[in-house]
Amino acid sequence: MNSRPVLEAAGLSTSFRTRGGKVARAVDGVDLELAHGEIVALVGESGCGKTTLARTLLGLERPSGGQVLVGGVPLRYDGRALKAFRRRVQLVLQDPTGSLNPRHTVYEAVAEGLRVHGVAGDEQQRVVDALSRVGMRPAERYFLRYPHELSGGQRQRVVIAGALVLEPEVLVADEPVSSLDASVRGEILALLLQLRDELGLSVLVVTHDLGLAWNIADRIAVMYLGRIVESGPTEQVLSDPSHPYTRALLSVVPESHNMEPVVLAGEPPDPTRMPAGCRFHPRCPQLASGEAEAAGVADDCRTGSLPVLPASKEHAAACFLSMARHGMLTD
Amino acid sequence: MTLLQLDDVSVTYRTADGPVPAVRGVSLDLEAGSTLGVAGESGSGKSTVAATVLRLNPASSTVTGRVLLDGEDVLKMSFGQLRAVRWAEASIVFQGALHSLNPLQKIGRQVAEPVLLHGQADTRRGAEAMARELLGQVGLPPRLASSYPHQLSGGQKQRVMIAMALACGPRLIIADEPTTALDVMVQAQVLDLLTGLVRDLGVGLVVISHDLSVLGTTCDRLAVMYAGRVVEEGPSADVLARARHPYTRALSAAYPTIGDPAARFSPRGLPGDPPWPGDLPAGCPFHPRCPEAVDVCRTEDVRLRLAAPGHRAACVHVAAEVAT
Repeated sequence: MNSRPVLEAAGLSTSFRTRGGKVARAVDGVDLELAHGEIVALVGESGCGKTTLARTLLGLERPSGGQVLVGGVPLRYDGRALKAFRRRVQLVLQDPTGSLNPRHTVYEAVAEGLRVHGVAGDEQQRVVDALSRVGMRPAERYFLRYPHELSGGQRQRVVIAGALVLEPEVLVADEPVSSLDASVRGEILALLLQLRDELGLSVLVVTHDLGLAWNIADRIAVMYLGRIVESGPTEQVLSDPSHPYTRALLSVVPESHNMEPVVLAGEPPDPTRMPAGCRFHPRCPQLASGEAEAAGVADDCRTGSLPVLPASKEHAAACFLSMARHGMLTD
Repeated sequence: MTLLQLDDVSVTYRTADGPVPAVRGVSLDLEAGSTLGVAGESGSGKSTVAATVLRLNPASSTVTGRVLLDGEDVLKMSFGQLRAVRWAEASIVFQGALHSLNPLQKIGRQVAEPVLLHGQADTRRGAEAMARELLGQVGLPPRLASSYPHQLSGGQKQRVMIAMALACGPRLIIADEPTTALDVMVQAQVLDLLTGLVRDLGVGLVVISHDLSVLGTTCDRLAVMYAGRVVEEGPSADVLARARHPYTRALSAAYPTIGDPAARFSPRGLPGDPPWPGDLPAGCPFHPRCPEAVDVCRTEDVRLRLAAPGHRAACVHVAAEVAT
């Protein structure tokens, strides 16, 4: 049972029709697995499709291609199946102030999920357990507080308790600490690690923060324009990145020392107009510098088609140059 | 002459719950052509300090001390003088910049507004020509002058705000969380732009941020604020590598160095939350969260002390080190 990934994207695509009638391929062929008790960081810039991928994995968007699998079983999109699924896979959003109803007490916020799902049993005991799990002890002291009476860190703990009360298998956390103060951030990240250790919870963290990935993620998947361009164990990807996009991202993070910053010009292109060839090639510093030319892959970069990175635990990158250097291209 | 000099500045807000001291005796200097970073968490008073430089504090606040801009005390200026100073001498790029543009007006017109109001151009046409020039200066294609804000990305909007701040050729620019809502790559672009302005135009730049690592790469000097006070101040490299205040150390540990094995699976934070400025603990305001607090910290409110040449910290342990 535990050998199957708890949550899985298989050849997943999600597209939207824009007002002009164009099709934006926000997620464009993604294979990704989340194992039991695993923390995976999905990183990329805004507009890369990471939030759409997370929403599709949560059943909030219908995929236009491919499948979402839960414990190896394809997700069905009828109301009952979705409701049962959402009990197993819970979402934690970025801004706890926005995700808590200002007129609900802490108790109501945490108990809401139980009521929505009609969970039988001792509601109060479950709320106490969930609040204790997130470090709000004694839980009873917080029952009647309103969100405005709590600090930012406490609010995020309440949001996490509201997710935990349903005993989910997976948390999908979208930028869980980016709106919190620096000194509080570490405490919330430590909480996620602790929940993984104690409950065997799997966590998919969607973030643009590579330091966060280094802090807590077992694996990392780097997304660019709808595809995963590099993935693997966090140590390997962040210490020895293979994809020029990952290298550029890493080089501009102030926390990574000893790297000459590679500031990419412009912004990620528009998902309604996917570049031909490698979708990163218009911004790729190694194509611009002639390195790709010297390795004989420049034409591939501009026009070739890259395979979708398989959902494996090994370190891999979807880059013609890196594949040529590792002897993985055959003529 | 020192471009900007804050001398024992305090700001107190009057609220329904009584007076709230947001800034409590801050002194800072900035020379032209150099960059000062002010770091701190929410409630530390850093944005209030920024607002005070141009006297933008709400009417419910009381400001004491001196804010000298080129030797002139901003706090004593008449409203007319102050109006001339704003934009032309010093300008602010605000935190909510992404929402500060008028959604119904074209970019060029908005950038031209301060140019016209401050008499840098006589005609609207001339002002809009200058606006296009300013857009070029911040690395935007001048044709964006005829776009509306919603057609721009976050990074482009932030550049527009910087173009407006430059419009009247100020000698001082204050950027309050200029990159907080931006992606890492765009953040790097905006920081490059700001440091380029310091280098090429010789303006003085104050950058305010909660992210110590962003400030460390951009600024010559760093000041760390906690509970309305500067608790450590010195050259950036020194403050980051040899922090003397336990709070500064905690702030730098919050953003791990990627590749540092000690940070793997051990995110570091501080227990507790920053104090509410209206209800500060006795003694050193940091002592309830301080991992190195000793008995005296509960009663003695330590002020800044010299820790090394040009480097000061407000911690009782600093004196102990000097004594031994």
